[in-house]
Amino acid sequence: MNALVSMSGIEKSFAGVPALSQASLEIEPGEVHALIGQNGAGKSTMIKVLTGVYRRDGGSVVIGRRESDISSPRDAQEAGIATIYQELNLVPLRSVTENIIMGYEPKRLGLFVDWREGNRRALEVLARFGIDIDVTEPLGNFSTAIQQLVAIARAVSLDAKLVIMDEPTSSLDASEVEVLFGVVRELRNQGVSVLYVSHFLDELFQICDRVTTMRDGRTVSTRNVSETKKLEMIADMLGRNTDEIAAEGMTDFAGAKAKRGDILLRSENVSTGPRLTHFDLTLHRGEIVGLGGLLGSGRTEAARALFGVDALEDGVIELDGHPGQPSGPGEAIRKRIGFLPEDRKAEGIIPDMSVRENMTLALLPKLAKRGQIDFEREREIVDAFISDLGIKTAHMDQPIRELSGGNQQKVLLARWLATEPDILILDEPTRGVDVGAKREIQSFIRSYVDKGFGVVLISSEFEELVEGADRIVVMHEGRSVTELANPGITENILVGALAHHDAGADTWNAQ
Amino acid sequence: MERTMKLPKRVASMPLRFHGGIVALVVLLVFNALFTPNFLQLQTLFVNISQVATIAIVAMGMTLVIATGGIDLSVGAVMALAGALAPLIFLSDLGAANPALGVALAIILPLLVAGLCGVFNGVMVAVLNVQPIIATLILFISGRGIAQVLTNGNLQTFSNPSFSYLGTGKILGLPFQGWLALVIACVLFWVITRTTWGRYLLAIGGNERAAFLSGGPVRRVKIGAYVICAVLSGFAGLIVVAINSASDAARNGNLMELDAIAAAVVGGALLQGGRAPIFGAILGAVIIQLVKYTLLANGVEDEVALIAKAAIIILAVWMQQLRRT
Amino acid sequence: MLNETAFDLRKYLRRNSASVTVWVALGALILFGLMRYDNFGSAYNFSSFLNYNAMFIAIALGMCFVIMTGGIDLSVGSVAAFTSVVAAYLSPHGIQVALPGAILAGVGFGAINAFCIILLRIPPFIATLATMLAAKGGALVISGAQTISVDWGSNFTKLGMGQAFGLFPWAIVIVAGLALVLWLVLEKTTIGRTVLAIGGSEDASNLMGLKVNRAKAFVYLLSGGCAGLAGLILASGFGAGQPLEGIGWELSAIASVVVGGTLLTGGMGSIPATVAGALLLGLVFNVLNFENGQGTISFSAYWQMVIRGGFLFAVILLQSRVIAKQQKVIGS
Repeated sequence: MNALVSMSGIEKSFAGVPALSQASLEIEPGEVHALIGQNGAGKSTMIKVLTGVYRRDGGSVVIGRRESDISSPRDAQEAGIATIYQELNLVPLRSVTENIIMGYEPKRLGLFVDWREGNRRALEVLARFGIDIDVTEPLGNFSTAIQQLVAIARAVSLDAKLVIMDEPTSSLDASEVEVLFGVVRELRNQGVSVLYVSHFLDELFQICDRVTTMRDGRTVSTRNVSETKKLEMIADMLGRNTDEIAAEGMTDFAGAKAKRGDILLRSENVSTGPRLTHFDLTLHRGEIVGLGGLLGSGRTEAARALFGVDALEDGVIELDGHPGQPSGPGEAIRKRIGFLPEDRKAEGIIPDMSVRENMTLALLPKLAKRGQIDFEREREIVDAFISDLGIKTAHMDQPIRELSGGNQQKVLLARWLATEPDILILDEPTRGVDVGAKREIQSFIRSYVDKGFGVVLISSEFEELVEGADRIVVMHEGRSVTELANPGITENILVGALAHHDAGADTWNAQ
Repeated sequence: MERTMKLPKRVASMPLRFHGGIVALVVLLVFNALFTPNFLQLQTLFVNISQVATIAIVAMGMTLVIATGGIDLSVGAVMALAGALAPLIFLSDLGAANPALGVALAIILPLLVAGLCGVFNGVMVAVLNVQPIIATLILFISGRGIAQVLTNGNLQTFSNPSFSYLGTGKILGLPFQGWLALVIACVLFWVITRTTWGRYLLAIGGNERAAFLSGGPVRRVKIGAYVICAVLSGFAGLIVVAINSASDAARNGNLMELDAIAAAVVGGALLQGGRAPIFGAILGAVIIQLVKYTLLANGVEDEVALIAKAAIIILAVWMQQLRRT
Repeated sequence: MLNETAFDLRKYLRRNSASVTVWVALGALILFGLMRYDNFGSAYNFSSFLNYNAMFIAIALGMCFVIMTGGIDLSVGSVAAFTSVVAAYLSPHGIQVALPGAILAGVGFGAINAFCIILLRIPPFIATLATMLAAKGGALVISGAQTISVDWGSNFTKLGMGQAFGLFPWAIVIVAGLALVLWLVLEKTTIGRTVLAIGGSEDASNLMGLKVNRAKAFVYLLSGGCAGLAGLILASGFGAGQPLEGIGWELSAIASVVVGGTLLTGGMGSIPATVAGALLLGLVFNVLNFENGQGTISFSAYWQMVIRGGFLFAVILLQSRVIAKQQKVIGS
């Protein structure tokens, strides 16, 4: 009953906005402990408090029996805590060996790095996970999966007592996930604790002992995985009771009303590089076509190809029956395509600009008279969208960075709706927004389609796809492998379709 | 309606650094009024305006480039190049035969060449994705080299009243170039606040990928910013030559890049991009000029003034970084 | 690479294509010179070439470390001018005083850079541009804007004019020693690997618990010290402290570093290739001088700046293609 790590009453705010309040977490030695919660629930902040990246405002962190005084990642490493971050904290340009031993190099004469010994150690620790690669190659030459395992190898070689994994499987395929699980079990057998953060609840049942759920910066529950149902976890995460969820479904896509119309878009045998090798899609007016698949399956690359961001290496894209890929976003917009990118911060908002300026960015060419912006029309349009979409903002000249994630996302959605595209490509439109905004965004999408436009919807949440899309194109390793049609798709069918192609890629031509 | 609604808000959200700039200006003015002999005379104002104009003109161009998240180290070299070309043209046989045409060409051609330098910088940055520091470092060094090669390193002196009007003319008793700077500022302010180009400029500096994915013509706008900056530098180079009635490729615009960056930063430009305070650049230029004048008028050596300037730049950027984090 | 158990030539070529290219180019240019000019291979040309380029190599070595962290040091030229004056003033006390004095003066400017960049978090190019200004002003102040003649009576000028074993100028011997040490530091010590890691990804280096600030301070101090050494060589080789020298040196240094395959964005770099890059750039000037002597071209001193710029431009054009290719492989 002596916890390895015990965090309690943790408080942390950023610029006055609380990110954690009274959050707690307890990890036993040698257990695999899951940490779940929606985006923005405070999981990452919690981890960063534990590893000394952030300084906590209040509460206590006890490691072993001592109050922790970790104030930097280096301290955390020395206290036996190693973190595998979502964005890998490795240096792709440097060799595998360096990435494993960096900061703890074996020395000769106390000064010179002993590369022979370093390479040997790197090989040895990787061999424990069944990996045999040339450790002198730059890390960036290897797949994400290998890079991930190298990160874990680094942790293990530092004699970590606790390994924190943040979304470790998000970019792995099924066989790689199996390897990873093997590594996690191996760690547990050696008495190392693992804190496992994941969105994929099914995984937890395979490898986790206990699960802590967070919501809105608080710790909601800690349960034994073996005694918990998936629905209970979801209910904890959402703050709703289980019956409600079972009755309503998870999403707010009402059923399709519009009739399927003419073909808007056709892509045939499209390839843009190693990450997108064969992509077929047909989109009609009045329908939502989902792109299903794991991260790295080529969904985002497919969207980028349709929007003219990546040039085609092969294949044809037809818009309204005319072949020809847009030469870039500018031309795509003129050809009535819109693209809401996945990463809101990096590719969506312009943080210091106002809500108004952000919303009309894609519309700008149409707002201009001989290069001058028509401010009156701009204000009218922005006003209309703020009230239509229920965007909560003090005024339209408020900087967008001051808005909540959900409202930012609505502004970005408005950016595209304002251009009235025939084809709207949405990459993870509800990621990182709260439940309420999520449902609103989903209903906007459906009503837009009902007006006779077409939507390509990319989502990692199977519920969203299954309930939202009229058809789902399943993608795997850069190829569109099969197509499912609603009504009739269930999560199990979708997962089955994905899993079916994990075994071997001999079925993609079966469509 | 737009103007009345926006201006007060803009001023209200005008960050501290702008007020800090005004405070610095007031302090400098008071100090000089008290300690510098003959400061409160029309002649002093005249001298300062005629000198601040070149810094202000270049600083405005620099502000546009900084707004894209870039930097232009080549402004001083472009000044030297444009300044070296002008006398070559109106002193040539053609220029001597047709004085009017000669002067017109002596203004237009150097500005064209300056614009080409801007295209070079812009293409390096926007098309080849070279970091702005490195891209503009090439002309920073070799631009002046070209100017020296053209003039063989000689000082070109001349007497050409119509060309010299650029640097010595007066309108309403104040220097021509002061008015020119003001006109440029008004035009640029209008461009930034009212045109799609200006909106894209700020959007690119704020988040280049987002601007690109929203259909923004990223390359065109960036190249445009470098071209405007270079043309304005060319203008400044011509003015310096006109003031001196002589062109010295080794000295014209020497260290101007630092003055311009300092003026832009003091005026509120963010090195990360996304903000283009044009009138701030003028304020910054005035402050830089006053510091120079104060040191000079109080008998501080030129060389020591360099060190003081270095300190000001560090201080200005440091205060900006402080606020940022 | 030093950490290879069995040497694999093909792997070596693939990983070091840029350095191999610069060595080949260097060899080709030497061959060209030997065939075209009678005195190109003379002992005099050989030793004066090395002597003249020693200071550029020194500066390029420091710059290489700075660039590998993803930074830049624009102050090196002015700092060298400053330290050349310092060295000239110290020359009556002999090289044993002038050498540490000049290097310390350079390290002092490096410390200012490091302070501004690490503690004040000012972008490197602004901080070092300001230091460039300060060093220039400082050089003019302490020299009274005059060249300062060195003391010809002491052993001071031996460094810049004398030769070890009658063939190798002392200056190049010292710089070669420096290059060797720095090569070891880069390839074999923790701080060297940290420098590369920072350039590869500063965030990741921090999260890995590496001593990032220490390594960054090291590179700016080193670059200042190298500039100090270059100033010393300048004063010793030309018999005077020259407050107005050093213009465009940063450009030469950056060009040398980049042509040696060091990524401008940091994370990858090589000391021998940087030396080769500096030699290549120097040799271009040497060859042009010979052409000038033969009367085929007329080549005024002002061309130097233009050629340096053109050289850097060519190198960057090549590298931007390499980088684009790499980014495609690694994934954006």
